[in-house]
Amino acid sequence: MDFQLLLSLISGIFIGGAAGFLGTLMLSKRMALVAGPLGHLALPGIALALIYNFDVSLGAFPFVILGVILIWLFEIRSKLPVEALTAVVFASGVAISFLFLPMEKAEAALIGDISKVPLKATIAGVILSILIAILVKKIYPKMVLINISEDLAKAEKIDVKKYNLFYLLIVGIMVALGVKMVGGLLTAALVAIPASTSRNLSRNLFQYNFLSTFFGAFSAFLGILLSKILSLPAGPLIIIISALFFLISLFFKR
Amino acid sequence: MEKDLILKVKNLKVVLEKEVILEDISFEVKEGEVLTILGPNGAGKTVLLKTLLGIFPYQGEIIWKKGIKIGYVPQRLPFIKNIPLSVKDFFELKNISEEETKKILKEINLEEVLEKEIGKLSSGQFQRILIGWALAKNPQVLLFDEPMTGIDLPGKGTIYSLIKRLKEKRNLTILLVSHDLNIVYKFSDYVICLNRKILCQGKPQIVLSPQILEKLYGGEVKFYKHTH
Repeated sequence: MDFQLLLSLISGIFIGGAAGFLGTLMLSKRMALVAGPLGHLALPGIALALIYNFDVSLGAFPFVILGVILIWLFEIRSKLPVEALTAVVFASGVAISFLFLPMEKAEAALIGDISKVPLKATIAGVILSILIAILVKKIYPKMVLINISEDLAKAEKIDVKKYNLFYLLIVGIMVALGVKMVGGLLTAALVAIPASTSRNLSRNLFQYNFLSTFFGAFSAFLGILLSKILSLPAGPLIIIISALFFLISLFFKR
Repeated sequence: MEKDLILKVKNLKVVLEKEVILEDISFEVKEGEVLTILGPNGAGKTVLLKTLLGIFPYQGEIIWKKGIKIGYVPQRLPFIKNIPLSVKDFFELKNISEEETKKILKEINLEEVLEKEIGKLSSGQFQRILIGWALAKNPQVLLFDEPMTGIDLPGKGTIYSLIKRLKEKRNLTILLVSHDLNIVYKFSDYVICLNRKILCQGKPQIVLSPQILEKLYGGEVKFYKHTH
C-alpha cells in the first residue's frame, strides 16, 4: 500500500468516526442540519486556501467560527428557528465564494479532496478528531438533556446557553475538518447520515454512539479505498456509501 | 420566613415577549402540603411553575426555604423519542447509578423496564418514569405539570395512587398544575385559581364555588362540586 493512501485512510477513519459520534448529538430537535450552513459558510475560506495554497481546514476555520457565533447569537436573540438563518447563510456562503473562486478549484471546494493529504495535516486531523470525541463525551449527558427539553435541563441547573455555544464550537471544528474530506456541500451528510443509520439500529445510547462512530469511520475507509480503485473523487463516494448503509438499516429498523 | 413554610411568593409578575403573563401573584406553601394551581388553558399555569423553577425571569419575590431540593415532572417530552435512550440511560443522564435506578424503579413498580427503550413505554409507564426521575436525588418538593394529560383512565388511577403513596412515604410537598377539577378534589389541601391573576385561593371545598369556577373558565365549561 502506498504511503499517501495510508495517510488518506487514517485521516478518513478518524474524521469520519468523530463526525459519526458528534452526529449522534445533532439528531435532535433543531441542530440536525447546523453543519450544513456551516459547511457552506466555510466555502469562501476554502476558496482562499485553494487559491493561496494553504490547508483547507485552516481557511475554513475562521469562517466556521463566524458562523457559529452568528447562529448562537441568533438563537439567543430571537425565537426564530435556526432554519431561517440557515437559508441566509447557505446562499451567502456559496455566493461570496463563487465571486472569486476559480472554476478549476471548484470541485475540491465543493466535494473535498482527501487524496493528497500531507503527513502533518494527517497528524493534526487525528489529534483534532480525538479531541472532538473527548469533548463530545464530556458534554454528552447534559447535551442530551438539553435536546430532550431545555426546561428540564434548566430545572437541573444546567447553563443551556453555555453548553449550546460549546457544542456549536465543537461542530465548528468538526466542519473545518470535514470540508477537507467531503467539501463544503457534503459536510452536513458526514455528520447526519451515520447517526441516522445508527438510530435505526440501536435501542440504547451505547449502541447508538458505537454504531454511529463505526459507520462514520467505515464509510470513510471504504469511500477512500474505492476512490483509489475507481479513480473517482472520494468525497461523494464516502457519502454515497454512508447513504447505502442508511438504506440497508431501514430494512433492519427496530 | 416562617418555620413551616417551604415557599413564599409575593407580588410576582412575569412578562414574556412584552406580554404580561402573570400579575399580582402572592401565595405561600406549607411543608407537606399539596397545592393545586387550577385554571383554563392559557391561564399561565405552566409559566408559573417554570418561573418557580427559575426558568423564566420575573419581578417580585420567590423565596424557597433554604437548601430545599426540587424535583420537576414536565408535561411532555416529545423530543425524547428522537434519541435511542433506555430507561437506564435516562437516569444516567442525571448521574444516577444503576443500583439507585433499580431502587427507584421498584418504588414506582416498574422494575421490568430498566433496559427498555423510553420511546417504547406506554404513556402511563412513561409518566411514572418521569416521576421516578424527578425523585432521584431525593427532593423535598415535587413540581408537576399536568400529571394526567394524555393518560388513559386506568393509567390515571395508578398515577394518583402512586403520587399519594410517594407523598406519604417521602413526606413530600407537592405543587400541581392542572385544568382538571378531579385532581383538586382528590388530592389537594390548597387550591389556587389562576387566570393570569389569582381569582381565588384556599381550601378547595370552601373556595371553589360554582360562581368562581364560571368566572375562572369563562362559563364555557360547567363544573360542580363533587360531594364524594
